[in-house]
Amino acid sequence: MQRIIKDGAVVLDNWHLLDKDTTLDALPNSDNLIVPFKLWAEHAHALKARDGKLGIWLDSDEQAEDIADDLANFQLIALNFPSFADGRNYSNARLLRERFGYTGELRAIGDVLRDQLFFYLRCGFNSFAVRADRDAEDALGSLKDFSEVYQSAVDQPQPLFRRRG
Amino acid sequence: MYVYDEYDQRIIEDRVKQYRDQTRRYLAGELSEEEFRPLRLQNGLYVQRYAPMLRVCVPYGLMSSRQLRKMAHIARQYDKGYAHISTRQNVQFNWPALEEVPDILAELAEVQMHAIQTSGNCIRNVTTDQFAGVAPDEVIDPRPWCEIVRQWATFHPEFAYLPRKFKIAINGAQSDRAAIEVHDIGLEPVQNAAGELGFRVLVGGGLGRTPIVGAFINEYLPWQHLLTYLEAILRVYNRYGRRDNKYKARIKILVKALTPAVFAEKVNAEWAHLKDGPSTLTVDEVHRVADHFVDPAYQALQDQSALLAEQQAEHPGFARWMARNVNGHKKPGYAAVTLSLKATGYAPGDITDKQLDAVAELADRFSFGEVRSSHEQNLILADVEQTQLLALWNELRELGFATPNIGLLTDIICCPGGDFCSLANAKSIPVAEAIQRRFDDLDYLFDLGDIDLNISGCMNACGHHHVGHIGILGVDKKGEEFYQVSLGGSASRDASLGQILGPSFAQDDMPDVISKIINVFVEQRHADERFIDTFRRIGMAPFKERVYAANH
Repeated sequence: MQRIIKDGAVVLDNWHLLDKDTTLDALPNSDNLIVPFKLWAEHAHALKARDGKLGIWLDSDEQAEDIADDLANFQLIALNFPSFADGRNYSNARLLRERFGYTGELRAIGDVLRDQLFFYLRCGFNSFAVRADRDAEDALGSLKDFSEVYQSAVDQPQPLFRRRG
Repeated sequence: MYVYDEYDQRIIEDRVKQYRDQTRRYLAGELSEEEFRPLRLQNGLYVQRYAPMLRVCVPYGLMSSRQLRKMAHIARQYDKGYAHISTRQNVQFNWPALEEVPDILAELAEVQMHAIQTSGNCIRNVTTDQFAGVAPDEVIDPRPWCEIVRQWATFHPEFAYLPRKFKIAINGAQSDRAAIEVHDIGLEPVQNAAGELGFRVLVGGGLGRTPIVGAFINEYLPWQHLLTYLEAILRVYNRYGRRDNKYKARIKILVKALTPAVFAEKVNAEWAHLKDGPSTLTVDEVHRVADHFVDPAYQALQDQSALLAEQQAEHPGFARWMARNVNGHKKPGYAAVTLSLKATGYAPGDITDKQLDAVAELADRFSFGEVRSSHEQNLILADVEQTQLLALWNELRELGFATPNIGLLTDIICCPGGDFCSLANAKSIPVAEAIQRRFDDLDYLFDLGDIDLNISGCMNACGHHHVGHIGILGVDKKGEEFYQVSLGGSASRDASLGQILGPSFAQDDMPDVISKIINVFVEQRHADERFIDTFRRIGMAPFKERVYAANH
């Protein structure tokens, strides 16, 4: 099991992340699965009938709007960063939290490195699957890289100009 | 100017700590080259041809004398004794050691400066008119708005990894000295029928490989909604801008592909959700920031026309300098003075540590301790009493800043080029110098009048060649450096992109080529017509004919 950061602590992960090309007949019945968007789009009914918990993941070229009506079905949503330099899923994260009201676990997956964690946190992620070759404990500190911020975002909806003393 | 409070200060100090640790991890091999690259770029650190280059942010071109002295100190302590004013009003150091950059950042933080987001695929320094706050034709002071946008953009968590770099310019005057039409976003003030302030919003302008004059997508955005609207634009761009090809990743390509009208619809759809949210600006905040930009303690003075006329009659050199380097001021009895960093024999925009200290001293004595940098790579003392101009001119001559060439052919905008930059195809500084040497007759230069000559060493267009009346672009032909010439560009309100004259030239031919172009202008010119107006009237053909006919 991979060690991930969740709600500010390193924990063992009990979710199973499925590849993009996974087919329905290859699924185990009871595991907690994070399924690719395409599988959900095609087999939502069957996925809902399973016993294990259900999560979904979006790649950086997939849109939060496409799962906005289905959020109640997911115990976890993961957003993929194929490269840490691909910033599209920062926007998806904010949309899920701020526009579509998703309150469950929101996880960053893919090329997840400590130097982006603070931005992830601000955009609404609360769990981080730090890349396997890096230490999650080391990365924890970066969640506190900054002690003050200017903008409104998920972690602090009031911009600094509304909070200055 | 804006003065940090404890919040602003804490944010840049946190950054110094963060970057120090990132540098440590890079040097220890814990961060790969590829992982460190965007981190150092977002802190203005490039790895150049001979050494790293550090680009220090000068928000909208405004510096105090204290900050200028810090620049001098850094140039002495960490560099080879000089700095460079960039075409985005920033200050660049060409020789710092990568290991010492965290120390430089700590020194910068002491004077409320930083290098945040001066490079990388993020929102860059917000730029404006170098005469902001003092220009006679000003509609609003753009500086408070620049500062509000700066704070919003600083470490914006959603827009740290955009498809490509993103540049915002704000103009506050009737003339556009901020070149807003060639920016990713350009803003300028407009009032509605009730006299309330709003902004006209332009998107999708830019230079580089695909130069485009942007399109206005909103004719009146009420000021309260500035940040939510910017956020909507950036979100649409972050989500839908191309990421498969870095040469097609700027917002201008997206706007062009969708058409400005469709892009505007997408922005409006996004904005509908953000409008009136917490980022909606308040009167209190605008006042808080604007209070930092109130007028300095101006004296009640009269314009000194008679005295200045007398002094000019006595000193022809002073008269020439007054004609080119001194601008009008909104307050009677004051003037704005441009220090030319374009003396022949010096790289355009370069300035030594001693000169930086000297300018700081002049700023304290003549201009309320403030200095501005311009995108034309000069420095400005914006609040000089007219009775002091002659004394100031004498001091500037000793320091080498009094070349009376502002706006003339030799006031060349020029990137560092192949002498420093690893992206460059060709050198640009020697070409600038050769042209300056060819046109060394001041009377002749004065007769030629306003001509913008801009030189870039590569397609990235840091020297803004597309919007030079005469533009020069360094190109690589089978490993040799050649230069392509374009004519008819303009960065002003009537912005236009230059058209290519024809096949490119060898470096040694460039002074002759420019001479021929100027000769055609002189022969065809009506009275005191500007070069750009003559070009627009007669077109490319006469220039082309002359320049290439001689080659046969």
